[in-house]
Amino acid sequence: MARMTMIEAIRDAMDVVMSVNENVVVFGEDVGYFGGVFRCTQSLQEKHGKHRCFDAPINESGIVGTAIGMAVNGLRPCVEIQFADYMYPAYDQISQEASRIRYRSNGEFTVPMTVRMPTGGGIFGGQTHSQSPEALFTHICGIKTVVPSNPYDAKGLLIAAIEDDDPVIFLEPKRLYNGPFDGHHDRPIIPWSKHPLGETPDGHYTVPLGKAVIRRVGQDVTVLAYGTMVHVAEAATEETGVDAEIIDLRTLAPLDLDTIEESVRKTGRCVVVHEATRTSGYGAELSAIVQENCFYALEAPVTRVTGWDTPYPHAQEWAYFPGPARVGAALKRVMEAS
Amino acid sequence: MSDYQPLKLYVPEPEVRPGDEPDFSGVDIPKAGSVRRPEIDASPEEFRDLAYSIIRVLDRKANAVGPWADMLSDEEAIIGLTDMLRVRAYDARMLMAQRQGKTSFYMQCLGEEAIACAFRKALSPGDMNFPTYRQQGLLTSTDYPIIDMMNQVYSNESDPLKGRQLPIMYSSKEYGFFSVSGNLATQFVQAVGWAMASAIKGDTKIAAGWIGDGSTAESDFHSSMVFASTYRAPVVLNIVNNQWAISTFQGIAKGDSATFAARGHGFGMPSLRVDGNDYLAVYAVAKWAIERARRNLGPTLIEYVTYRSGPHSTSDDPSAYRPKEESDAWPLGDPIERLKNHLIARDAWSEDRHVQTKARLESEILQAQKEAEKHGTLHSGGAPSTRDMFEGVYKEMPEHLRRQRQEAGV
Ligand SMILES: Cc1ncc(C[n+]2csc(CCOP(=O)(O)OP(=O)(O)O)c2C)c(N)n1
Ligand SMILES: [Mg+2]
Repeated sequence: MARMTMIEAIRDAMDVVMSVNENVVVFGEDVGYFGGVFRCTQSLQEKHGKHRCFDAPINESGIVGTAIGMAVNGLRPCVEIQFADYMYPAYDQISQEASRIRYRSNGEFTVPMTVRMPTGGGIFGGQTHSQSPEALFTHICGIKTVVPSNPYDAKGLLIAAIEDDDPVIFLEPKRLYNGPFDGHHDRPIIPWSKHPLGETPDGHYTVPLGKAVIRRVGQDVTVLAYGTMVHVAEAATEETGVDAEIIDLRTLAPLDLDTIEESVRKTGRCVVVHEATRTSGYGAELSAIVQENCFYALEAPVTRVTGWDTPYPHAQEWAYFPGPARVGAALKRVMEAS
Repeated sequence: MSDYQPLKLYVPEPEVRPGDEPDFSGVDIPKAGSVRRPEIDASPEEFRDLAYSIIRVLDRKANAVGPWADMLSDEEAIIGLTDMLRVRAYDARMLMAQRQGKTSFYMQCLGEEAIACAFRKALSPGDMNFPTYRQQGLLTSTDYPIIDMMNQVYSNESDPLKGRQLPIMYSSKEYGFFSVSGNLATQFVQAVGWAMASAIKGDTKIAAGWIGDGSTAESDFHSSMVFASTYRAPVVLNIVNNQWAISTFQGIAKGDSATFAARGHGFGMPSLRVDGNDYLAVYAVAKWAIERARRNLGPTLIEYVTYRSGPHSTSDDPSAYRPKEESDAWPLGDPIERLKNHLIARDAWSEDRHVQTKARLESEILQAQKEAEKHGTLHSGGAPSTRDMFEGVYKEMPEHLRRQRQEAGV
């Protein structure tokens, strides 16, 4: 057991899998000698050799395209896209190729590939270092989409992702890399070493894909969240005193339907929270699922708290970010409705 | 039994890393003045060798020599020197402001000043640049108000871009500076489209695309070359090879052989390589390529050989991946020093005038900074409104966004 930041946990996951499985390779922009702009691959090249951890040309389509080719030829590539905002050139390879190769070849060819990318805002990165494109992945059949909210999960989920036989998109909320950020940007930063989920076991373990976890048991309203918003929801719950049940989805696709439905049937209310823009965001899917499957248990409309439908701004970052005040207001609103 | 040895993956690596002696012995630098100057309408077939050489004007003794020399008057060359000093002073102030927490982020063009400053002077009004984040020199060497650049960097209440963009991602249609994108290489192909439109409309304006060495690996670079060459678009395609892409040396983008300029050959494009730290050479080559484009002779690919003397950005620490002394060892020297020495040798400049000019520019920049700060910095004073965040997504705000704005209480 060790206290780790999310960066260390992610690095450790790759290190562990590379040590036990020589077919795992890691590459991407600046990931080799330097160890990545967020240092997630630091020392992996030194330890595992430059043919297993190396720098890629700045070409995201090429990074994912070659990873697919490697995966089809027996490797398990885990590639890094420097920021999720830069994955768009790779979207063709992800959405049209990786996702369908198993299906179109009737299982003859498969793509055990993981694509890691830092996601989300809160770092004054402006419109091209802050995006949350998860819905662009969950809309595709044949790939899995994972978003950890803490170091423990990040390590276990990443090991599970690399060992999974299907392509996995692994979104890392960059604002959580160094500490559990609850949206109170004006308060001192809390490091992971002060958080129980910074406690990360040594060696190999997995957190299963497709399983959500209840972060806070509550009776009155179910909050569906992932990534940074789990911590924001916790703060909002604390501050409003609403007895919310907070579900950390962890894997967005495939989704843990049972955990969600059971909770909503119990509480009768549901608030969906994400940082991405609202229209056609993943919250729309969650909201529809809850409505379709739990309609008769609902006592209030399912409510979404999300980023606004604008590009992620620079100066107005905290007006854009759905912080604890907005989540808290939604919790109160659904409690008052009935 | 197979006759073959097991295959092995080749991964290019730079000659040196931190702790090693800088070594640029592999960079082949021809003598100044030694590269010929083709006729403006020469066929690219006739000068393919120019993609493997380096066009240089200023020699070791700071004399301007060879067929690409003698294009600028004393006065014009002094303006060039002043432009480079200005952008360097501007960068230094804004870097400091970022360190003081007045903004979130900054990027300098330290060591690369000659390229944007000289290129700008070869353009005509109405031409359009599609720059990267490292061509602030295109703006600072015009009369675009420096204070507006600072307002943008500060994301303050007078920011022309209303706080929406990351610092340094300027935009000015009037000054031929297309809105900078954070997504690499996208602008390069847009420059080709702008130029094609100029031809479709029967205009006489040309476009200039800008890209870094690392970013030439993007598919958009190759798309640019296909469209530019097929339609003979009136565009100058500029590659700024400053040796580094964050921590990644240029060998990862182009492999061990050839040059970036030589990428143009597969497309039958005129392809030149030029000393990017030589203001006079950059100007001469830019003038040549721009003239060619404007005479409907099609696109030119230019590689500027230079060195990124500073960190990639304020988020970067290059001592983690390259020797600290590498910048000083760069064999093409400093563009400001070289032009200054040339002007002194030409009897058009003196150490005194240099010191005075530098001091004047620094005080102008400082003055502008004080003015700008009256309108706020990122975390204090006047700021763009939350309303501004909702404006400008569409020409007219749709109903769903209007409701969201209401929900936000603004
Ligand atoms: C599509 C895309 N991928 C990755 C990045 C991250 N990134 C920003 S700058 C940079 C390096 C660019 O190097 P180069 O093209 O040589 O330009 P330079 O910074 O040296 O001027 C990278 C990888 C990005 N902005 N956009
Ligand atoms: Mg570069």
